[in-house]
Amino acid sequence: MDLSSINPAVLVASLMVASVPIMLAAIGELVVEKAGVLNLGVEGMMIIGAVCGFITAVATGSPFLGFIGGALGAAGLSLIFALLTQVFQANQVATGLALTLFGLGLSSLLGQGYVGIKPPATGMVPFGPLADIPVVGRVLFQHDPMVYLSILIIAAVWAVLKYSRMGLILRAVGESHDAAHALGYKVTRIRIMAILFGGAMAGLGGAYLSLVRVPQWTDGITAGAGWIALAIVVFASWRPWRVLIGAYLFGGISVLQLNLQVANVPIPPEYLSMSPYLITIIVLVIMSSGKGRASLNAPAALGQNFHAAR
Amino acid sequence: MTNELLRIEGLTKAYPGVVANSDVSFAISPGEIHALLGENGAGKSTLVKMIYGLVKPDSGTMVLRGQPYTPARPSAARAAGVAMVFQHFSLFEALNVAENVALGMENPPPMRELAERIRAVSTEYGLPLDPARRVGDLSAGERQRVEIVRCLLQDPKLLIMDEPTSVLTPQEVDILFQTLRQLSAEGTAILYISHKLEEIRALCDGATILRRGKVVATCTPRDVSARDMAELMVGAVLNPPARAARRDWGDASPALEVAGLSAPSPIAFGTSLKNISFSVQRGEVLGIAGVAGNGQDELLLALSGELATDPGMIKAKGAPVGDLGPNARRALGFVAAPEDRLGHAAAPDMSLVENALLSGVVRKGLTKRGFIDWGATKNWAAEIVAQYDVRTPGTWVAARALSGGNLQKFLMGRELSQAPEVVIINQPTWGVDAAAAAFIRQEILNRAQDGAAVVVISQDLDDLLEVSDRFAALNEGRLTPTRPTEGLTVDEIGLMMGGAHGMEVAHHG
Repeated sequence: MDLSSINPAVLVASLMVASVPIMLAAIGELVVEKAGVLNLGVEGMMIIGAVCGFITAVATGSPFLGFIGGALGAAGLSLIFALLTQVFQANQVATGLALTLFGLGLSSLLGQGYVGIKPPATGMVPFGPLADIPVVGRVLFQHDPMVYLSILIIAAVWAVLKYSRMGLILRAVGESHDAAHALGYKVTRIRIMAILFGGAMAGLGGAYLSLVRVPQWTDGITAGAGWIALAIVVFASWRPWRVLIGAYLFGGISVLQLNLQVANVPIPPEYLSMSPYLITIIVLVIMSSGKGRASLNAPAALGQNFHAAR
Repeated sequence: MTNELLRIEGLTKAYPGVVANSDVSFAISPGEIHALLGENGAGKSTLVKMIYGLVKPDSGTMVLRGQPYTPARPSAARAAGVAMVFQHFSLFEALNVAENVALGMENPPPMRELAERIRAVSTEYGLPLDPARRVGDLSAGERQRVEIVRCLLQDPKLLIMDEPTSVLTPQEVDILFQTLRQLSAEGTAILYISHKLEEIRALCDGATILRRGKVVATCTPRDVSARDMAELMVGAVLNPPARAARRDWGDASPALEVAGLSAPSPIAFGTSLKNISFSVQRGEVLGIAGVAGNGQDELLLALSGELATDPGMIKAKGAPVGDLGPNARRALGFVAAPEDRLGHAAAPDMSLVENALLSGVVRKGLTKRGFIDWGATKNWAAEIVAQYDVRTPGTWVAARALSGGNLQKFLMGRELSQAPEVVIINQPTWGVDAAAAAFIRQEILNRAQDGAAVVVISQDLDDLLEVSDRFAALNEGRLTPTRPTEGLTVDEIGLMMGGAHGMEVAHHG
């Protein structure tokens, strides 16, 4: 056992990178669930985002266009979910699971010719001398733009949900679609917009995996990241800043796991891999022991289909 | 009339299978309080939804202040000065008062300013509200205040109120009426929907009576007796239920005894039960009044066995049953009918036969060696349908396909035809028409006559006054001492229900 081989600054810095995909996917899913829709297809949308982003970046040579392509590809996939659940009133849980399976299969088909290729590199944001500050510079100022963008998105979602009228309407639709409809809000339209946003965010997260984190294309590259994102939303009890904490915590566990293996710590890595889910279950139990859904802060209409004709 | 605010001409709306409104016409002048009167299903709600832009009429015209009026959506109606207070509240429990108000406005001011205006307007009209409180924590009366204040902030020309008093105590109704009169004096017209005749006689200047989607009469409520209006509304002569003299069964201990019942609520935003005690003898009906959300649902859960309590808190014929589940209690003669029909009293997607089985399997012996006796179950379901006049194509249809009133009749029949010894019912006549309500009340009295101990929980005072021998009220999870129903005045009942819940009379100059 040799813990001295772990450099804390490098550990924190790589933790921030590792948490970007799940943070993006989770904040997208948070908006979707705030609108009252449960989309379990995050894993499928992420991997479609990963493969679309990879293909676009390789074809155009621009990682920036790659991220756009990943977001659009996954948003396109989420549109299928929106159509099935919002227009044809399909069951959201079943549709979401189907979306994941479909996404995994489709991505492996699309990615066949791209195995073993290196994508164009995503550069760091040039902070100049700031990056050379010892420790702080390594932790805060030596990252690619997506690390900062993901935190900005969290802040933006928080502000919109808390302070804007749009956010208020979104929350209202997720609380009671019948009441929102009675007041004249377009429930279905608002929910479809939320689903598309959730898809785009999952796609960004997926593209980050194939373009920065790994960076190459392999089948099943997401390896359960979408499920962790879903767990983070519940862990965060539907609050944006807690998504950040949850993503760092769960991202940190995956980084720590690698470091501990290198340091020969005698904890089997499987225990760390399952810990995000165990923590989520424990959080759920602790919060549910209060006053049920109210203290959980779960949107009251989560997972319920809405039909205007009454 | 020249000075008209809103004129409606030949409005018709049909849904597949039903004509909700057929050629409806009437007019309202500024400052008039106009009643729209009719039974459940007479088409009142559809009519006001058309005025509020939620439903598009198939044909007919509306004219508002001399201009053709065709609201495509509620925001257009609000922009034209039409506001509506909904029967089933259009509120969001997890949001606070100010956010709820903002959602019902077209261009709400910033939150801080809005909170100030909510405070100002609500005190001016005697409906004090704290803008920062979460709506889920408010009482039914306070929630209605939120809806009314939301409307008042938009300075409406026409205020539509859909059954506003069904959740209020008599004292709260008085205060609401003073607010409405004040609004009317300021020139706001009010379209007031109700089936409570005495209220309409006290409040309204004119009335339009609907039956099966058609206007059957118009009248000035002050000049017509409540009985005449009722007969216009129902289209038949109504008789109050007959009550036979009670007999003494000579039991040593009461059929149902509740002592010091306290239990936390299993429902989110629910009310916990606090030290409830009462007893009911065989052949006796105890009526429990109260405004919605004061512990009615929780009391039903505790009595039916869905919410387990200490064994001694609930006793049947002296034996403790507080820790027994629903089926164990059914075996002892308990039957229970909760308020929520779809999802609690009935499984929505299962047929009437299956729903009959779910509740009746214990007392009617519908299984043989673990297998369901479908023949006997079908016969029993068919008997209920015939006896309780349930309008349905057959017993195989799903529970959700029945209208609310018909399903209620079926569910009442299912529980009351199990030869019960203890009957617990929440809201027996909610949403059923007057004739069916009279029938259900009669059946409740008949079961008592047969020797059952009956507890009727209801927000409808008519239910309770007609069937109960003794009377009590739930208020914030506590039960008042029981009193004989005979001789109680409406004022006394109102005070038992908690009086005015902190509302005050409008003090506006």
